[in-house]
Amino acid sequence: MYAQMIKSEKSNETPEELAAFQARIDRGERIEPKEWMPEGYRKTLIRQIGQHAHSEIVGQLPEGNWVTRAPTLERKAILLAKVQDEAGHGLYLYSACETLGVSRDELFEKLHSGAMKYSSIFNYPTLTWADMGAVGWLVDGAAIMNQVPLQRTSYGPYARAMIRICKEESFHQRQGYSVMMKMAQGTEAQKAMAQDALNRFWYPALMMFGPSDAESVHSEQNMAWKIKINSNDELRQRFVNETVPQAHYLGLTVPDENLKFNEETGNWDFSQPDWTEFFEVLKGNGPCNEERLGARRKAWDDGEWFRDGLSAYAEKSAARRAAVAAE
Amino acid sequence: MSKKEWPLWEIFIRGQHGLNHRHVGSLHAPDAEMAINHARDVYTRRKEGVSIWVVPSSEITASSPSDKGPLFDPAESKVYRHPTFFDIPDEVGHM
Ligand SMILES: [Fe+2]
Ligand SMILES: [Fe+2]
Repeated sequence: MYAQMIKSEKSNETPEELAAFQARIDRGERIEPKEWMPEGYRKTLIRQIGQHAHSEIVGQLPEGNWVTRAPTLERKAILLAKVQDEAGHGLYLYSACETLGVSRDELFEKLHSGAMKYSSIFNYPTLTWADMGAVGWLVDGAAIMNQVPLQRTSYGPYARAMIRICKEESFHQRQGYSVMMKMAQGTEAQKAMAQDALNRFWYPALMMFGPSDAESVHSEQNMAWKIKINSNDELRQRFVNETVPQAHYLGLTVPDENLKFNEETGNWDFSQPDWTEFFEVLKGNGPCNEERLGARRKAWDDGEWFRDGLSAYAEKSAARRAAVAAE
Repeated sequence: MSKKEWPLWEIFIRGQHGLNHRHVGSLHAPDAEMAINHARDVYTRRKEGVSIWVVPSSEITASSPSDKGPLFDPAESKVYRHPTFFDIPDEVGHM
């Protein structure tokens, strides 16, 4: 997902304190910034929300790659609006994260140094225009699967950020699917591009949910805290069930020989992605890790003089106002 | 890395239908004018508002979570403040 494999942190509080906190969560209460919370809850949330925010920001890059080469002015405007939304999502999430006592610049610093991660999916390249279709349809589609339940997460600012984000995501997925429809109904060459995009993005999209966490202690703790709502396998299955008929409608083939509807379970049975590849990408060895982080660092460093200029201007005009007021 | 972090601002937006300004979130900006510009981009991309207020977060004074009881519990026993507390016979008509 946008936040993958979140380890839960240990807490040093007394069993009584922890039990009282857990009872609040079990009653469905929202935890708000200034309220007491276990250190482990706070730290785990910083990691999860921070990683989610970084994913939104880095996620702009593979799509930004096509803004100047969109096939029509309308598609260009739509893609630009979509990418701009992702910047907004990043900002909502950084704000939510800051309420836990970490600053946005510190989070940036950790992203740029590699101390914090972002979703594995954004380390894959976007090679053709059809990839803009596949990304909106599959990547935003997978994100929605995870973000909709998170609107009910226990931490108030996180839940509220999710509600805003979910309102905007549906546009993202639909614009992607509409690109796919156009390509799939186009010439043979265009249809082949659409198929190729699906072939390349199918398994990386399945990886977004993370490896099976059925037996993970971390996910058990995170679920008890309601900062994780569903298991990875559960969400992946939901995603497959929803996406396969959409692929069939396009007349495209899901690149999985084992894909089969299971009458008994009502689910589509499917093959697992290559988890070795997933761990390699997480470690930094994906096709675009260096390029993505490089682009982020460059944007931050090249923007420094501008940020400083605005700060200097703000200080000067504040001083001027103070002088006028003193007269 | 720039050593100076932009301060945090709380953003309030008034929607189209004449309701109060509502808190929508926060953002970083070097000054009030830029905060309004950023708020326009971050919080009104879909015509969510017709007016923006920005307030430095450091200027907000919040009630403390531990005061929840003393502040809000007294209202609990005063159900007569709601119109439904009073039974008015149907014959009287709408009131
Ligand atoms: Fe997003
Ligand atoms: Fe999105």
